[in-house]
Amino acid sequence: MTLKPSDAELVARAKLGDLAAFEALTSRYEQRVYSLAMRMLRQEQDAEDVTQQTFLSALENLNGFRGEASFSTWLLRIAAHAALKVIRKRKGLDTVSLEEATESQDENGAIPHPEYIADWRQSPEELVQRNETRRLLDGALAQLDEKHRLVFLLRDVEGLSVKETAEALGLSEANVKVRLLRARLQLREQLTRTLGNPERRLIPTHNHPH
Amino acid sequence: MKCEEMLAMLNEYVDGTIDPAICDEFEQHMAGCNPCQVVVDNIRKTITLYKAGQPYELPLKFHERLHGALREKWKETHKSK
Repeated sequence: MTLKPSDAELVARAKLGDLAAFEALTSRYEQRVYSLAMRMLRQEQDAEDVTQQTFLSALENLNGFRGEASFSTWLLRIAAHAALKVIRKRKGLDTVSLEEATESQDENGAIPHPEYIADWRQSPEELVQRNETRRLLDGALAQLDEKHRLVFLLRDVEGLSVKETAEALGLSEANVKVRLLRARLQLREQLTRTLGNPERRLIPTHNHPH
Repeated sequence: MKCEEMLAMLNEYVDGTIDPAICDEFEQHMAGCNPCQVVVDNIRKTITLYKAGQPYELPLKFHERLHGALREKWKETHKSK
């Protein structure tokens, strides 16, 4: 059995002019980049555009990739910014810079309290099997502000660390943590309204003396 | 520890990066607070569910188009050397 070459090896070969190595990297990550774009944009054409832009930009800027981050984090960063750009454009805000789009101004307010609290009727393992689950998950994601959605997708779906997510988005780690908490709480709230068992709903006791 | 404070620590607890001393307090609070227990459980399940979601299938036609575009770009950027 031949061992699959590492990303770093493929990057090194591509930098020396080996197109096959770059295509191998593309084949390795195109699905992940496309999925991230689909979850951000929910529209195939836009997701394809973002995916293509991401790999073309990676190809052009490969010599600028010094390997401080992993190749996948570097790619996801390019994809994240391309997706944000599409969202800004949709909102008619194409003159707004990406720095502004990822800047934090509104993260200082109080953390929203959970309201609908109930055990779920089914386990995640059972839910994953059901066709309507994807619609529910994507619908809940779509309700999130894109800044929160992107942090959640990179950290919890793509499995980047808090540090890597911060690097990918040009945010501080503290900011990533606040956004992640908001995203998780909001998704929990949304999903529990559908998946929670109303008979076992608990009333939040905001300030009990423990 | 109040519910409010425990909410602020939620990420660290769920990700297992919480300070052990605070973790004890956190768990003591949960033992006496059923809503907080359920919220933590809901959050864990939410993350699990998203993690387990299947990626979107990349259309085969697009895969071909993408690689075609890359080969074009490669020719452009490598011919001058």
